[in-house]
Amino acid sequence: MRTLVHVLDSRSFIKTPLFNLGPSPFARLAVLGFLSMALMTVDHRLPHLQEARATLALVMYPIQYAVDLPIRAGIWLTEQFALRQLLIQENQRLRKEHTHLHALLLQFEALEQENARLRELLDTSQRLRTEVLIAELLAVDLDPFRQQLVLNKGRLHQVYEGQPLINAQGVVGQVLEVNALHSIAVLISDPSHALPVLVNRTGLRALAVGTGHPQRLELRYIPPSEDIEVGDTISTSGLGGRFPADYPVARITRVERVPGEAFAMIEARPFALLDRSREVLLIRPQAGDDAASDDASDS
Amino acid sequence: MSNPHAILFVIPLTFIIAFMLTIVPLPEWAVLWRPEWVALVVIYWSMALPRRVGVGYAWILGLLLDIIKGTLLGQHALGFAVIAYLTLRFHQRIRVFPLWQQSFAIGLMLAIHLLLLLWVYGMMGRAPQTSLYWGPVLTSMALWPWVFLLLRDVRRRWCLGVN
Repeated sequence: MRTLVHVLDSRSFIKTPLFNLGPSPFARLAVLGFLSMALMTVDHRLPHLQEARATLALVMYPIQYAVDLPIRAGIWLTEQFALRQLLIQENQRLRKEHTHLHALLLQFEALEQENARLRELLDTSQRLRTEVLIAELLAVDLDPFRQQLVLNKGRLHQVYEGQPLINAQGVVGQVLEVNALHSIAVLISDPSHALPVLVNRTGLRALAVGTGHPQRLELRYIPPSEDIEVGDTISTSGLGGRFPADYPVARITRVERVPGEAFAMIEARPFALLDRSREVLLIRPQAGDDAASDDASDS
Repeated sequence: MSNPHAILFVIPLTFIIAFMLTIVPLPEWAVLWRPEWVALVVIYWSMALPRRVGVGYAWILGLLLDIIKGTLLGQHALGFAVIAYLTLRFHQRIRVFPLWQQSFAIGLMLAIHLLLLLWVYGMMGRAPQTSLYWGPVLTSMALWPWVFLLLRDVRRRWCLGVN
Protein backbone atom coordinates (compact mmCIF):
# COMPACT_ATOMS: atom_id res chain seq x y z
CA MET A 1 0.00 0.00 0.00
CA ARG A 2 2.70 2.40 0.98
CA THR A 3 4.76 1.65 -2.10
CA LEU A 4 1.76 2.33 -4.27
CA VAL A 5 1.28 5.70 -2.65
CA HIS A 6 4.89 6.52 -3.19
CA VAL A 7 4.67 5.59 -6.84
CA LEU A 8 1.70 7.92 -7.15
CA ASP A 9 3.61 10.52 -5.21
CA SER A 10 6.57 10.44 -7.51
CA ARG A 11 4.33 10.52 -10.58
CA SER A 12 2.70 13.72 -9.54
CA PHE A 13 6.08 14.99 -8.47
CA ILE A 14 7.25 14.72 -12.06
CA LYS A 15 4.31 16.80 -13.24
CA THR A 16 5.39 19.85 -11.27
CA PRO A 17 7.40 22.43 -13.14
CA LEU A 18 11.09 21.82 -12.77
CA PHE A 19 12.64 25.17 -13.41
CA ASN A 20 10.66 28.12 -12.07
CA LEU A 21 11.24 27.35 -8.39
CA GLY A 22 13.28 30.36 -7.42
CA PRO A 23 16.74 29.90 -5.97
CA SER A 24 17.96 26.32 -5.52
CA PRO A 25 17.83 24.78 -2.04
CA PHE A 26 21.61 24.98 -1.85
CA ALA A 27 21.62 28.70 -2.61
CA ARG A 28 18.96 29.21 0.07
CA LEU A 29 20.96 27.16 2.55
CA ALA A 30 24.08 29.19 1.84
CA VAL A 31 22.29 32.51 2.32
CA LEU A 32 20.36 31.44 5.42
CA GLY A 33 23.41 29.76 6.95
CA PHE A 34 25.36 32.96 6.56
CA LEU A 35 22.43 34.94 7.96
CA SER A 36 22.19 32.66 11.02
CA MET A 37 25.85 33.14 11.79
CA ALA A 38 25.48 36.90 11.45
CA LEU A 39 22.41 36.82 13.74
CA MET A 40 24.19 34.71 16.35
CA THR A 41 27.18 37.03 16.39
CA VAL A 42 25.02 40.13 16.77
CA ASP A 43 22.79 38.47 19.38
CA HIS A 44 25.80 37.36 21.40
CA ARG A 45 27.83 40.58 21.26
CA LEU A 46 25.48 43.51 20.66
CA PRO A 47 22.12 44.65 22.02
CA HIS A 48 20.53 45.43 18.64
CA LEU A 49 18.36 42.32 18.47
CA GLN A 50 16.55 42.90 21.78
CA GLU A 51 13.50 44.38 20.06
CA ALA A 52 13.29 41.58 17.51
CA ARG A 53 13.61 39.00 20.27
CA ALA A 54 10.89 40.70 22.33
CA THR A 55 8.50 40.77 19.37
CA LEU A 56 9.05 37.13 18.46
CA ALA A 57 8.80 36.19 22.13
CA LEU A 58 5.36 37.77 22.27
CA VAL A 59 4.34 35.58 19.31
CA MET A 60 5.54 32.47 21.13
CA TYR A 61 4.10 33.40 24.52
CA PRO A 62 0.68 31.80 23.86
CA ILE A 63 2.42 28.44 23.35
CA GLN A 64 4.29 28.77 26.63
CA TYR A 65 1.11 29.90 28.32
CA ALA A 66 -0.81 26.93 26.90
CA VAL A 67 1.76 24.52 28.31
CA ASP A 68 1.74 26.22 31.69
CA LEU A 69 -2.06 26.45 31.90
CA PRO A 70 -2.96 22.78 32.58
CA ILE A 71 -0.25 22.58 35.23
CA ARG A 72 -1.54 25.75 36.87
CA ALA A 73 -5.08 24.39 36.61
CA GLY A 74 -3.96 21.15 38.27
CA ILE A 75 -2.52 23.06 41.19
CA TRP A 76 -5.68 25.16 41.43
CA LEU A 77 -7.88 22.06 41.40
CA THR A 78 -5.88 20.34 44.13
CA GLU A 79 -6.22 23.51 46.17
CA GLN A 80 -9.97 23.66 45.54
CA PHE A 81 -10.56 20.08 46.55
CA ALA A 82 -8.00 19.93 49.34
CA LEU A 83 -9.34 18.38 52.50
CA ARG A 84 -10.79 20.80 55.00
CA GLN A 85 -8.62 19.21 57.65
CA LEU A 86 -5.45 19.92 55.67
CA LEU A 87 -6.49 23.48 55.05
CA ILE A 88 -7.15 24.06 58.71
CA GLN A 89 -3.78 22.59 59.60
CA GLU A 90 -2.01 24.73 57.07
CA ASN A 91 -3.89 27.78 58.23
CA GLN A 92 -2.83 27.16 61.80
CA ARG A 93 0.77 26.67 60.79
CA LEU A 94 0.78 29.85 58.75
CA ARG A 95 -0.87 31.77 61.58
CA LYS A 96 1.86 30.67 63.96
CA GLU A 97 4.51 31.55 61.46
CA HIS A 98 2.91 34.92 60.88
CA THR A 99 2.86 35.75 64.59
CA HIS A 100 6.45 34.64 64.92
CA LEU A 101 7.64 36.70 61.96
CA HIS A 102 5.61 39.66 63.09
CA ALA A 103 7.27 39.58 66.49
CA LEU A 104 10.67 39.51 64.81
CA LEU A 105 9.62 42.39 62.62
CA LEU A 106 8.76 44.55 65.64
CA GLN A 107 12.32 44.23 66.76
CA PHE A 108 13.52 44.79 63.23
CA GLU A 109 11.75 48.12 63.00
CA ALA A 110 13.37 49.31 66.19
CA LEU A 111 16.74 48.12 64.93
CA GLU A 112 16.21 49.84 61.62
CA GLN A 113 15.48 53.15 63.34
CA GLU A 114 18.50 52.72 65.54
CA ASN A 115 20.60 51.91 62.52
CA ALA A 116 19.35 55.00 60.72
CA ARG A 117 20.22 57.19 63.75
CA LEU A 118 23.70 55.68 63.96
CA ARG A 119 24.23 56.18 60.26
CA GLU A 120 23.18 59.79 60.64
CA LEU A 121 25.70 60.22 63.42
CA LEU A 122 28.39 58.69 61.24
CA ASP A 123 27.15 60.80 58.34
CA THR A 124 27.03 57.86 55.92
CA SER A 125 24.44 57.28 53.21
CA GLN A 126 21.08 55.74 53.97
CA ARG A 127 20.41 52.11 53.27
CA LEU A 128 18.11 51.50 50.36
CA ARG A 129 14.53 50.61 50.97
CA THR A 130 13.21 48.13 48.46
CA GLU A 131 9.90 47.38 46.82
CA VAL A 132 9.03 43.85 45.81
CA LEU A 133 6.90 42.35 43.08
CA ILE A 134 5.87 38.71 43.25
CA ALA A 135 6.32 36.77 40.02
CA GLU A 136 5.44 33.19 39.26
CA LEU A 137 7.57 30.91 37.17
CA LEU A 138 5.99 29.48 34.07
CA ALA A 139 6.22 25.70 34.14
CA VAL A 140 8.11 25.42 30.88
CA ASP A 141 11.55 24.05 30.18
CA LEU A 142 14.16 26.11 28.39
CA ASP A 143 17.43 24.99 26.90
CA PRO A 144 18.85 22.44 29.36
CA PHE A 145 22.35 23.85 29.01
CA ARG A 146 21.50 27.35 30.19
CA GLN A 147 20.24 28.12 33.68
CA GLN A 148 17.22 30.24 32.89
CA LEU A 149 13.63 30.74 34.05
CA VAL A 150 10.51 32.23 32.50
CA LEU A 151 8.62 34.68 34.75
CA ASN A 152 5.01 35.69 34.25
CA LYS A 153 5.74 39.40 34.68
CA GLY A 154 7.03 41.65 31.95
CA ARG A 155 7.45 45.24 30.87
CA LEU A 156 3.78 45.90 31.61
CA HIS A 157 4.53 45.20 35.27
CA GLN A 158 7.59 47.49 35.21
CA VAL A 159 10.12 44.70 35.22
CA TYR A 160 13.46 45.98 33.96
CA GLU A 161 16.57 44.32 32.63
CA GLY A 162 19.02 43.43 35.37
CA GLN A 163 16.38 43.47 38.10
CA PRO A 164 17.45 41.24 41.02
CA LEU A 165 15.43 38.16 41.81
CA ILE A 166 15.18 36.61 45.28
CA ASN A 167 12.98 34.14 47.10
CA ALA A 168 12.35 33.48 50.76
CA GLN A 169 15.71 31.75 51.17
CA GLY A 170 18.11 33.95 49.26
CA VAL A 171 19.24 35.40 45.96
CA VAL A 172 17.96 33.56 42.88
CA GLY A 173 19.22 35.50 39.87
CA GLN A 174 18.50 38.51 37.73
CA VAL A 175 16.29 39.44 34.79
CA LEU A 176 18.01 38.91 31.47
CA GLU A 177 15.40 39.73 28.88
CA VAL A 178 12.18 41.70 29.32
CA ASN A 179 9.26 41.12 26.99
CA ALA A 180 5.85 42.74 27.05
CA LEU A 181 4.09 40.14 29.20
CA HIS A 182 6.84 37.89 30.47
CA SER A 183 10.54 37.94 31.05
CA ILE A 184 13.49 35.57 31.14
CA ALA A 185 15.78 35.48 34.13
CA VAL A 186 19.22 33.96 34.51
CA LEU A 187 20.06 32.07 37.70
CA ILE A 188 23.14 32.86 39.76
CA SER A 189 24.29 29.32 38.92
CA ASP A 190 24.58 30.04 35.18
CA PRO A 191 28.24 29.88 34.08
CA SER A 192 27.96 33.38 32.62
CA HIS A 193 26.77 34.91 35.89
CA ALA A 194 29.03 36.48 38.51
CA LEU A 195 27.74 37.99 41.74
CA PRO A 196 29.75 40.33 44.00
CA VAL A 197 29.52 38.90 47.51
CA LEU A 198 31.14 39.20 50.92
CA VAL A 199 31.81 36.64 53.60
CA ASN A 200 29.65 37.60 56.56
CA ARG A 201 32.11 36.48 59.25
CA THR A 202 35.16 38.36 57.98
CA GLY A 203 33.86 40.91 55.50
CA LEU A 204 36.08 39.41 52.79
CA ARG A 205 34.88 40.41 49.33
CA ALA A 206 34.69 37.91 46.49
CA LEU A 207 32.93 37.01 43.24
CA ALA A 208 30.48 34.09 43.25
CA VAL A 209 30.48 32.62 39.76
CA GLY A 210 27.96 30.04 38.50
CA THR A 211 29.07 26.59 37.47
CA GLY A 212 26.09 25.38 35.42
CA HIS A 213 25.03 23.17 38.32
CA PRO A 214 22.03 24.54 40.28
CA GLN A 215 23.52 23.69 43.66
CA ARG A 216 27.07 24.91 43.24
CA LEU A 217 28.77 28.29 42.98
CA GLU A 218 32.47 29.01 42.89
CA LEU A 219 34.22 31.82 44.71
CA ARG A 220 36.96 33.10 42.49
CA TYR A 221 40.13 35.09 43.08
CA ILE A 222 40.57 34.49 46.80
CA PRO A 223 44.22 34.03 47.80
CA PRO A 224 44.89 30.86 49.85
CA SER A 225 46.05 32.98 52.79
CA GLU A 226 42.59 34.50 53.34
CA ASP A 227 40.51 33.46 56.34
CA ILE A 228 37.60 31.48 54.93
CA GLU A 229 36.14 28.22 56.22
CA VAL A 230 33.56 25.62 55.34
CA GLY A 231 30.23 26.72 56.83
CA ASP A 232 30.80 30.44 56.39
CA THR A 233 27.83 32.23 54.87
CA ILE A 234 28.08 34.75 52.08
CA SER A 235 25.70 37.53 51.13
CA THR A 236 25.53 40.18 48.44
CA SER A 237 28.00 43.01 48.92
CA GLY A 238 26.10 45.61 46.92
CA LEU A 239 29.20 46.34 44.89
CA GLY A 240 28.49 46.40 41.20
CA GLY A 241 25.32 48.31 41.99
CA ARG A 242 22.85 45.79 40.69
CA PHE A 243 21.99 43.72 43.75
CA PRO A 244 21.25 45.54 47.01
CA ALA A 245 23.60 44.61 49.85
CA ASP A 246 23.05 41.98 52.55
CA TYR A 247 20.81 39.45 50.86
CA PRO A 248 21.94 35.92 51.77
CA VAL A 249 23.46 34.00 48.86
CA ALA A 250 25.12 30.74 49.85
CA ARG A 251 27.03 28.68 52.38
CA ILE A 252 30.63 27.61 51.77
CA THR A 253 30.81 23.85 51.25
CA ARG A 254 34.40 23.30 50.22
CA VAL A 255 37.69 25.15 50.63
CA GLU A 256 40.78 23.70 49.05
CA ARG A 257 44.15 25.37 49.18
CA VAL A 258 46.47 23.83 46.62
CA PRO A 259 50.10 24.73 47.35
CA GLY A 260 51.58 26.72 44.50
CA GLU A 261 48.23 27.92 43.14
CA ALA A 262 47.57 31.65 43.24
CA PHE A 263 43.96 31.27 44.40
CA ALA A 264 42.08 28.87 46.65
CA MET A 265 39.38 26.56 45.24
CA ILE A 266 36.18 27.50 47.02
CA GLU A 267 32.69 26.12 46.44
CA ALA A 268 29.40 27.24 47.91
CA ARG A 269 25.82 26.01 47.88
CA PRO A 270 23.06 28.58 47.25
CA PHE A 271 20.45 28.99 49.98
CA ALA A 272 17.68 29.41 47.43
CA LEU A 273 16.58 26.09 45.95
CA LEU A 274 17.20 27.34 42.45
CA ASP A 275 15.61 24.45 40.62
CA ARG A 276 12.62 24.04 42.90
CA SER A 277 10.92 27.33 43.61
CA ARG A 278 7.69 28.35 41.93
CA GLU A 279 7.39 31.91 43.19
CA VAL A 280 10.10 34.53 43.23
CA LEU A 281 10.31 38.16 44.29
CA LEU A 282 11.53 40.84 41.95
CA ILE A 283 13.10 43.55 44.05
CA ARG A 284 13.37 47.16 43.07
CA PRO A 285 15.49 49.58 45.04
CA GLN A 286 13.07 52.43 45.63
CA ALA A 287 13.09 55.29 43.16
CA GLY A 288 14.67 58.59 44.17
CA ASP A 289 17.78 56.92 45.50
CA ASP A 290 20.90 57.75 43.56
CA ALA A 291 22.13 54.16 43.66
CA ALA A 292 18.82 52.94 42.26
CA SER A 293 19.04 55.08 39.17
CA ASP A 294 22.57 53.82 38.60
CA ASP A 295 21.28 50.28 38.69
CA ALA A 296 18.82 50.75 35.91
CA SER A 297 21.28 52.28 33.50
CA ASP A 298 24.21 50.02 34.31
CA SER A 299 24.38 47.07 31.92
CA MET B 1 -7.05 16.34 -4.13
CA SER B 2 -5.10 18.85 -2.19
CA ASN B 3 -7.15 21.05 0.08
CA PRO B 4 -5.68 24.54 -0.12
CA HIS B 5 -7.26 25.74 3.12
CA ALA B 6 -6.37 22.75 5.26
CA ILE B 7 -2.70 23.14 4.46
CA LEU B 8 -2.70 26.64 5.89
CA PHE B 9 -3.46 25.44 9.38
CA VAL B 10 -2.70 21.72 9.55
CA ILE B 11 1.06 22.05 9.10
CA PRO B 12 1.40 25.00 11.51
CA LEU B 13 -0.73 23.09 14.00
CA THR B 14 1.63 20.12 13.97
CA PHE B 15 4.49 22.53 14.59
CA ILE B 16 2.67 24.19 17.48
CA ILE B 17 2.20 20.77 19.08
CA ALA B 18 5.89 20.02 18.53
CA PHE B 19 6.81 23.32 20.22
CA MET B 20 4.59 22.47 23.17
CA LEU B 21 6.22 19.07 23.55
CA THR B 22 9.59 20.83 23.48
CA ILE B 23 8.83 23.00 26.51
CA VAL B 24 6.63 20.69 28.58
CA PRO B 25 8.44 20.37 31.92
CA LEU B 26 10.02 16.96 32.40
CA PRO B 27 11.57 15.41 35.50
CA GLU B 28 15.24 16.20 35.81
CA TRP B 29 16.53 12.80 34.68
CA ALA B 30 14.47 12.96 31.49
CA VAL B 31 15.36 16.49 30.42
CA LEU B 32 18.47 15.52 28.53
CA TRP B 33 16.64 12.71 26.73
CA ARG B 34 13.88 14.90 25.31
CA PRO B 35 13.45 14.08 21.61
CA GLU B 36 14.02 16.86 19.10
CA TRP B 37 10.30 17.15 18.35
CA VAL B 38 10.39 20.19 16.11
CA ALA B 39 13.28 18.76 14.08
CA LEU B 40 11.37 15.50 13.55
CA VAL B 41 8.30 17.34 12.30
CA VAL B 42 10.45 19.54 10.03
CA ILE B 43 12.04 16.43 8.55
CA TYR B 44 8.67 14.78 7.99
CA TRP B 45 7.08 17.70 6.20
CA SER B 46 10.06 18.53 4.07
CA MET B 47 10.22 14.87 3.08
CA ALA B 48 6.51 14.57 2.34
CA LEU B 49 5.82 18.04 0.91
CA PRO B 50 9.21 19.29 -0.28
CA ARG B 51 7.67 22.19 -2.20
CA ARG B 52 5.81 23.44 0.86
CA VAL B 53 8.28 23.03 3.67
CA GLY B 54 11.76 23.85 2.51
CA VAL B 55 14.93 25.44 3.75
CA GLY B 56 13.37 28.84 4.42
CA TYR B 57 10.39 27.44 6.32
CA ALA B 58 12.70 25.31 8.46
CA TRP B 59 14.95 28.28 9.13
CA ILE B 60 12.06 30.39 10.44
CA LEU B 61 10.95 27.53 12.70
CA GLY B 62 14.51 27.33 13.99
CA LEU B 63 14.36 31.03 14.89
CA LEU B 64 11.10 30.50 16.79
CA LEU B 65 12.66 27.56 18.60
CA ASP B 66 15.59 29.77 19.58
CA ILE B 67 13.15 32.24 21.07
CA ILE B 68 11.17 29.65 22.99
CA LYS B 69 14.27 27.89 24.33
CA GLY B 70 16.18 31.07 25.09
CA THR B 71 19.19 30.19 22.94
CA LEU B 72 21.09 32.54 20.62
CA LEU B 73 18.99 33.81 17.75
CA GLY B 74 20.04 31.68 14.78
CA GLN B 75 21.48 28.74 16.68
CA HIS B 76 18.71 26.25 15.95
CA ALA B 77 17.85 28.04 12.71
CA LEU B 78 21.22 27.11 11.25
CA GLY B 79 20.82 23.44 12.14
CA PHE B 80 17.26 23.32 10.83
CA ALA B 81 18.24 24.86 7.51
CA VAL B 82 20.90 22.18 7.12
CA ILE B 83 18.46 19.42 8.11
CA ALA B 84 15.86 20.67 5.64
CA TYR B 85 18.47 20.92 2.91
CA LEU B 86 19.63 17.34 3.47
CA THR B 87 16.04 16.10 3.54
CA LEU B 88 15.20 17.90 0.30
CA ARG B 89 18.33 16.55 -1.29
CA PHE B 90 17.54 12.94 -0.37
CA HIS B 91 13.76 12.94 0.11
CA GLN B 92 13.02 10.64 -2.80
CA ARG B 93 15.42 8.07 -1.44
CA ILE B 94 14.47 8.34 2.24
CA ARG B 95 10.76 8.11 1.43
CA VAL B 96 11.07 4.56 0.16
CA PHE B 97 13.31 3.30 2.95
CA PRO B 98 11.73 0.92 5.47
CA LEU B 99 10.92 2.76 8.68
CA TRP B 100 13.91 1.47 10.69
CA GLN B 101 16.25 2.54 7.94
CA GLN B 102 14.59 5.95 7.86
CA SER B 103 15.28 6.16 11.58
CA PHE B 104 18.99 5.83 10.96
CA ALA B 105 18.96 8.48 8.26
CA ILE B 106 17.08 10.78 10.64
CA GLY B 107 19.52 9.98 13.44
CA LEU B 108 22.39 11.01 11.21
CA MET B 109 20.72 14.32 10.34
CA LEU B 110 19.95 15.05 14.00
CA ALA B 111 23.54 14.27 14.91
CA ILE B 112 24.67 16.89 12.38
CA HIS B 113 22.15 19.35 13.87
CA LEU B 114 23.41 18.72 17.41
CA LEU B 115 27.00 19.00 16.23
CA LEU B 116 26.26 22.47 14.84
CA LEU B 117 24.58 23.42 18.13
CA LEU B 118 27.58 22.10 20.07
CA TRP B 119 29.88 24.15 17.91
CA VAL B 120 27.99 27.32 18.83
CA TYR B 121 27.90 26.38 22.53
CA GLY B 122 31.64 25.79 22.31
CA MET B 123 32.28 29.19 20.77
CA MET B 124 30.31 30.78 23.60
CA GLY B 125 32.52 28.90 26.07
CA ARG B 126 29.72 26.84 27.60
CA ALA B 127 30.07 23.49 25.89
CA PRO B 128 28.11 20.79 27.75
CA GLN B 129 30.51 18.44 29.51
CA THR B 130 28.36 15.32 29.31
CA SER B 131 28.03 12.61 26.68
CA LEU B 132 24.29 12.62 27.46
CA TYR B 133 24.28 15.62 25.14
CA TRP B 134 23.73 13.11 22.32
CA GLY B 135 20.79 11.45 24.10
CA PRO B 136 18.12 13.19 21.99
CA VAL B 137 19.50 11.51 18.86
CA LEU B 138 18.69 8.08 20.30
CA THR B 139 15.22 8.97 21.62
CA SER B 140 14.32 10.77 18.40
CA MET B 141 15.41 7.77 16.33
CA ALA B 142 13.33 5.46 18.51
CA LEU B 143 10.26 7.70 18.14
CA TRP B 144 10.59 8.40 14.44
CA PRO B 145 8.40 5.49 13.20
CA TRP B 146 5.49 6.69 15.35
CA VAL B 147 5.94 10.31 14.38
CA PHE B 148 6.08 9.26 10.75
CA LEU B 149 2.93 7.12 10.87
CA LEU B 150 1.02 9.74 12.83
CA LEU B 151 1.93 12.60 10.53
CA ARG B 152 1.26 10.48 7.46
CA ASP B 153 -2.22 9.83 8.76
CA VAL B 154 -2.67 13.53 9.36
CA ARG B 155 -1.48 14.28 5.85
CA ARG B 156 -3.83 11.74 4.25
CA ARG B 157 -6.78 12.65 6.36
CA TRP B 158 -6.55 16.28 5.32
CA CYS B 159 -5.73 15.30 1.77
CA LEU B 160 -2.61 17.37 1.68
CA GLY B 161 -1.12 16.57 -1.73
CA VAL B 162 2.50 15.85 -2.34
CA ASN B 163 3.59 19.32 -3.14
